[in-house]
Amino acid sequence: MSSQAHFTDFKSDKRPTWCPGCGDFGTMNGMMKALANTGNTPDDTFICAGIGCSGKIGTYMHSYALHGVHGRALPVGTGVKLANPELEVMVAGGDGDGYSIGAGHFIHAVRRNVDMTYVVMDNRIYGLTKGQFSPTSREDFETSTSPEGTKQSPVHPLALAMAAGGTFIAQSFSSDAMRHTEIIEQAIEHDGFALVNTYSPCVTFNDVDTYDYFRDSLVDLDEEDHDPTDYDQARRKIMDFDNIYQGVLYRDDDSVGYEKRLGIEEPMNEIPDGAPEGAMDLVREFY
Amino acid sequence: MPEDLNWAIGGEAGDGIDSTGKIFAQALSRAGRHVFTSKDFASRIRGGYTAYKIRTSVDELNSVVDRLDILVALTQRTIDENLDELHEDSVVIYDGERSWDAEVPDEQIELDVPLKSLAEDAGGAIMQNVVALGAACEVAGFPIEHLDSALEKRFGDKGQKLVDNNQEAARKGRDYVRENYDHDFGYDLDTTDEDYVLLNGDEAIGMGALVAGCRFYAGYPITPATNVMEYLTGRIDRYGGTVVQAEDELSAINMALGAARAGARSMTATSGPGIDLMTETFGLIATSETPLVIADVMRSGPSTGMPTKQEQGDLNMTLYGGHGEIPRFVLAPTTIAECFHKTIEAFNLAEKYQTPVYVVSDLAMAVTEQTFSPTEFDMDAVEIDRGKVVDEENIDQYLDEQGRFQPHYDAADGVSPRAFPGTEQGAHMTTGLEHDELGRRTEDTDERVQQVDKRNRKVETAQREEDWSPREFGNAEAENLVLSWGSNEGAIREAMQDLEVDVRFISVPYMFPRPDLTEAVENAEKTVVVECNATGQFADLVERDTLTRVERINKYNGVRFNADELRERITETFAAESEAKA
Ligand SMILES: Cc1ncc(C[n+]2csc(CCOP(=O)(O)OP(=O)(O)O)c2C)c(N)n1
Ligand code: SF4
Repeated sequence: MSSQAHFTDFKSDKRPTWCPGCGDFGTMNGMMKALANTGNTPDDTFICAGIGCSGKIGTYMHSYALHGVHGRALPVGTGVKLANPELEVMVAGGDGDGYSIGAGHFIHAVRRNVDMTYVVMDNRIYGLTKGQFSPTSREDFETSTSPEGTKQSPVHPLALAMAAGGTFIAQSFSSDAMRHTEIIEQAIEHDGFALVNTYSPCVTFNDVDTYDYFRDSLVDLDEEDHDPTDYDQARRKIMDFDNIYQGVLYRDDDSVGYEKRLGIEEPMNEIPDGAPEGAMDLVREFY
Repeated sequence: MPEDLNWAIGGEAGDGIDSTGKIFAQALSRAGRHVFTSKDFASRIRGGYTAYKIRTSVDELNSVVDRLDILVALTQRTIDENLDELHEDSVVIYDGERSWDAEVPDEQIELDVPLKSLAEDAGGAIMQNVVALGAACEVAGFPIEHLDSALEKRFGDKGQKLVDNNQEAARKGRDYVRENYDHDFGYDLDTTDEDYVLLNGDEAIGMGALVAGCRFYAGYPITPATNVMEYLTGRIDRYGGTVVQAEDELSAINMALGAARAGARSMTATSGPGIDLMTETFGLIATSETPLVIADVMRSGPSTGMPTKQEQGDLNMTLYGGHGEIPRFVLAPTTIAECFHKTIEAFNLAEKYQTPVYVVSDLAMAVTEQTFSPTEFDMDAVEIDRGKVVDEENIDQYLDEQGRFQPHYDAADGVSPRAFPGTEQGAHMTTGLEHDELGRRTEDTDERVQQVDKRNRKVETAQREEDWSPREFGNAEAENLVLSWGSNEGAIREAMQDLEVDVRFISVPYMFPRPDLTEAVENAEKTVVVECNATGQFADLVERDTLTRVERINKYNGVRFNADELRERITETFAAESEAKA
């Protein structure tokens, strides 16, 4: 692989079409810095993205990437990582993408524990489709499709991840650049599936879950003397729905990525030029 | 006595019908006899009638017939279900000691064998089916030593004791018949020195995939495609690959897509309902120009339809499924051996043209085992073509002025270069959105047209460069033309053996692109298209392609065609013509 990359190497020359002030700018910057800081290069990084304003992130970054269909980025990332464990795989999407249409995949990706980093840009709204409520929207949130509130309780992504056996569960805030970057670095370094739920405000459609709201409400775990490797402590914090935390809530240091447990060692892109040696044995089994 | 022998064992699902049938089929195959099996089964695990049928001959077999010579009936229902197929010399083996009062019609030869108690004498009631196999050997005049070898294969891993007990059980069955029935059944099954292999269509697809270098398989269990996944599990890892049982078909196809994008030869297999779920991603595969093989092992639809019954109802879906316009290839193997060959071909086509490729098989092939000479699976003939893959050395030629790799380069033949992730200087994105040559989203009208044309050009190139010929049988000069696709080939070939009319038979394994049949149809007085569906999806295509009306033979009751009925229906169709003319 090529030598040390600078974070700007991960920037594409395509200008983002995000609204000025969108939280996704900060989310992306942190991702690029974290990738560079952990020694990755665009050529050995693979970004899978979902659909939504958030999903456009793969377009604005420079690396190997696939921008797929709505809600299915995690299975794509799983396939990429299993087929080439040497790649650094990052999956990104929105709260609708990840916890609504893709919720099934989310649970299974967590428990499958493939070594990849999943960054969810949680703006508690559907941005790209112009302002409907999302699975993380509050119950009383009024939108074009919930004029009297959603009348449903929101999804708690961290709790879902913990219930599914998550081995790395974290939350960050895109405008707290240092902490956000640091948390993603830890996620990259974790061996297994790492969830980073990133609050990434939508300045156009969500006037409730704003920068100010997150800034005022976030409790930083660094100031709380939190030990993320202590499962019970982590569980208490994760199930505390009255507070929102920033930092790594839970980390299992004994985690081993699924691809390692499957015994996959080599990229699968080299194959013989004809039938593999001893292929007739496959036929002989049917005698 | 006829050339071939038809044998069946039937009982309740859960009675071990399948494995017993398989043991007998293997015994016959190991004795150098051809075997063609079929199954009747219901969509449940315990309870419900199920049967395993074997047709065997020293000559090649490609179909089933409506005749049963020896029936091992573990339940009364087995007799009732098969009454139509029994003839006056049929032998029915059953256990009169068991709780049911067997009613074997008078015309048939009853063999009341105490299967259960003989099995208990040999070491356990569980072996009662094997006792029945021993009895069947005696009736069929088939040396029991061949059964020994199949039992050895089946139970060898579990210890010699089990093998011995089973062989003993088989002998008890044989001896009981020998000692208690002084009757010449008239069968004397020849054996040969041929070494045949016995496999089904799903296994052939799985084997083709392994040989073609498939390293990644993701799937979700569904009848009748599951066996592809089960075959690959435990075998693919010998080659450094893996099988993932995904949480659903959406996930399966997206995982397979991810692996393909990472450079692995990758596939998934499912049946109709799964194809429905995969359809959105199918468009993404084509737009992002990712090579992927998708096997659709068809069953009766629509919706969950009849999961354990045959149909060729998904042709339109594989040809047209997905919104927008999607270039693709659709291959439909016509025999079990072709399931192997077409799967290998599918991987080459997928990578050469960077498109999704459907391999369309069906339940009739998936659950049928058939004998083949191992030479049918000629490994030396296997060729691998990975298409335009670039590496560090030659990637320079494919970079734009700014040094950016162009995964959707507007190549004259429609096929752009491909860089596996990890290749230096190759970083690029692909997407389901319309994009420019760099893979970036665009809504520019010219770029849109350029990319649509480029993708469609791949099909034109493939049409020109690949061999899409059909398979031909019968008299090429005959004025009666029979056309079919997929699994009907065997039954039609057999029907032709003593057909009163002279026919030319074209069996088509390529649905898209497909061979041009215009000349053949024009040269024929009359054309009939045979297919297992109600509306005649292939017949519609033939009419569209050739601008000529064709006759149709359709079947959609859930059961595959057999040679006898086809002989009748083909004769009828062509006879109607001559009458009309007279
Ligand atoms: C199958 C399908 N259904 C619906 C859509 C339309 N759609 C696009 S993005 C989106 C929701 C985006 O919300 P979120 O994931 O929260 O991302 P954001 O735009 O807020 O970043 C929807 C419903 C689609 N593209 N595909
Ligand atoms: S709509 Fe919201 S989420 Fe989308 S770009 Fe604008 S601010 Fe960001």
